Amino acid sequence: MSAVAKGGRRGGLGASRWTPWLYLAPALIVLAALLVYPIYQLGLISFLEYTQAQVSGGEPATFQGFANYTELFSDRQFWEVLVATLVFAAVCVLSTLVVGCGLAVLLTRIRAVSRLALMLAALGAWATQAITGSTVLVFLFDPDFGPVNKMLVWVGLSGFEDFSWTYDRYSAFALVLFEVVWCSFPLVMVTVYAGIKAIPGEVLEAASLDGASNWRVWRSVMAPMLRPILVVVTIQPIIWDFKVFTQIYVMTNGGGIAGQNLVLNVYAYQKAFASSQYSLGSAIGIVMLLILLAVTLIYLRLLRRQGEEL
Amino acid sequence: MLIAVVVAFPLYWMVLSAFKPASEVQSSNPRPWTLNPSLDAFRPVFDHQDFGRYFLNSLLVAGTVVVASALIAFLAATAVTRFKFKMRTTVLIMFLVAQMVPVEALTIPMFFLMRDLGDSVPGIGLNTLGSLILSHIAFSLPFAIWMLRGFVKAVPESLEEAAYLDGASRTRFLWQILFPLVLPGLIATSVFSFISTWNDFLFAKSFIISATENSMLPMALLVFFKDEGNDWGGIMAASTIMTIPVLVFFVLAQRRLVSGLGGVVKD
Repeated sequence: MSAVAKGGRRGGLGASRWTPWLYLAPALIVLAALLVYPIYQLGLISFLEYTQAQVSGGEPATFQGFANYTELFSDRQFWEVLVATLVFAAVCVLSTLVVGCGLAVLLTRIRAVSRLALMLAALGAWATQAITGSTVLVFLFDPDFGPVNKMLVWVGLSGFEDFSWTYDRYSAFALVLFEVVWCSFPLVMVTVYAGIKAIPGEVLEAASLDGASNWRVWRSVMAPMLRPILVVVTIQPIIWDFKVFTQIYVMTNGGGIAGQNLVLNVYAYQKAFASSQYSLGSAIGIVMLLILLAVTLIYLRLLRRQGEEL
Repeated sequence: MLIAVVVAFPLYWMVLSAFKPASEVQSSNPRPWTLNPSLDAFRPVFDHQDFGRYFLNSLLVAGTVVVASALIAFLAATAVTRFKFKMRTTVLIMFLVAQMVPVEALTIPMFFLMRDLGDSVPGIGLNTLGSLILSHIAFSLPFAIWMLRGFVKAVPESLEEAAYLDGASRTRFLWQILFPLVLPGLIATSVFSFISTWNDFLFAKSFIISATENSMLPMALLVFFKDEGNDWGGIMAASTIMTIPVLVFFVLAQRRLVSGLGGVVKD
């Protein structure tokens, strides 16, 4: 930003001051109409009394001030869901990064055939959408017909004969975690793999000649060189996992037994559409937006500290 | 190799179960192979619930979204990388923040917006495919612009100057020189918008209320979930059919995708 002279521009001959705005116009119009305006509405509804009567009955909505927020913040369930969301998202992001980076390193060391197999399997997982992926996993872990429990018993673990994965809170979350990691690690893996390939081979060779262990090579050589990439691939899982919806909704049947597996996004949806408390749902949406905004600011600061220009 | 097997196992099991006869799918002794493959599970899928129609709807919506958002994103990405103007950084940050917006939370105001729009502009109100297309374009744009940025940046500036020196107009440079060079990036980006649109069941569930003929594929899947016990064979068959187009798209785009992501990385 500092390098930009006031009103300055670059870009060849005859570039008028309006050209970039002309190019931006379609995107800005669409986003303003379908993103900014709904967000404004969302904020507005969160300050109103908005229930079924206002939606279909045409009753005037009354201004509530922060009443919806006070109601939300005094609800114990909201805090529980908030904590669950934060912890769950953090675990998801970490697992995705560890699995993705680990497999990317692995990819560089195995034979071409295995590499192709792993690459194709990962692309397959990537191509599977949240909804089908969730459904298939629910089936795999089904207590009656699923093969996973049978395998666990066969391996010799007891207690899995009729084990229902979705009944217990933590095993249900673990199941969802598995799905989330399964369908989001390929992005990390492919990107980090491309990054490792770009590291000159001599550097890695020199490191292993010096007797560095695998872990040491990753920590002291690869990770610092890959840092810009890691920053890029970290933000996507953070955004996705904090907003996780489909997996929870499908796998735990809308939030689990007595809402034990609710995360904020599903919670907002349930509040708004299942119990018609649109203003409470909107308030939760606004809270989520603010949290993600904070994450964005931290992310931008990280980028800037790395000296990266936007 | 073992890891590849674990990663691919859910997909394998999905396809396998789709081809198993019903008695084997609902068996308490699941086996990882089948001796009598059958198409029985596919039959209710095709007979039932206008599955073919949903499939075409999904294809139409996803196709339109991919093309439209790629073009719009290309223009926007060019603007923020090849020009320097006052609000550039602000606009960029805005695109990043826009990615963070939880789509599900916005369903409520989007629903009202579509309802009101439908009153004045026919074709994009509730119960229409237009409403789905518009919403998906809006939600796939920020990420697409963010990703395309790297590709547009990678095209050397000298090329642009040379083009102008040779007398090319701005529009000509944009479409005849820059566009083909960025095409691999556009394809990589399209994969994401295609998946998210194909995947969607939230908008379809919320906007398509009464006109079921305009419903999308994922909604058809839900039909097989029943209180009295899920029809797993049907679910797996429907899932398989749903996954095939994405896989095709992926295989077609795969080489460009990998090199494309590499391009982002080098940037």
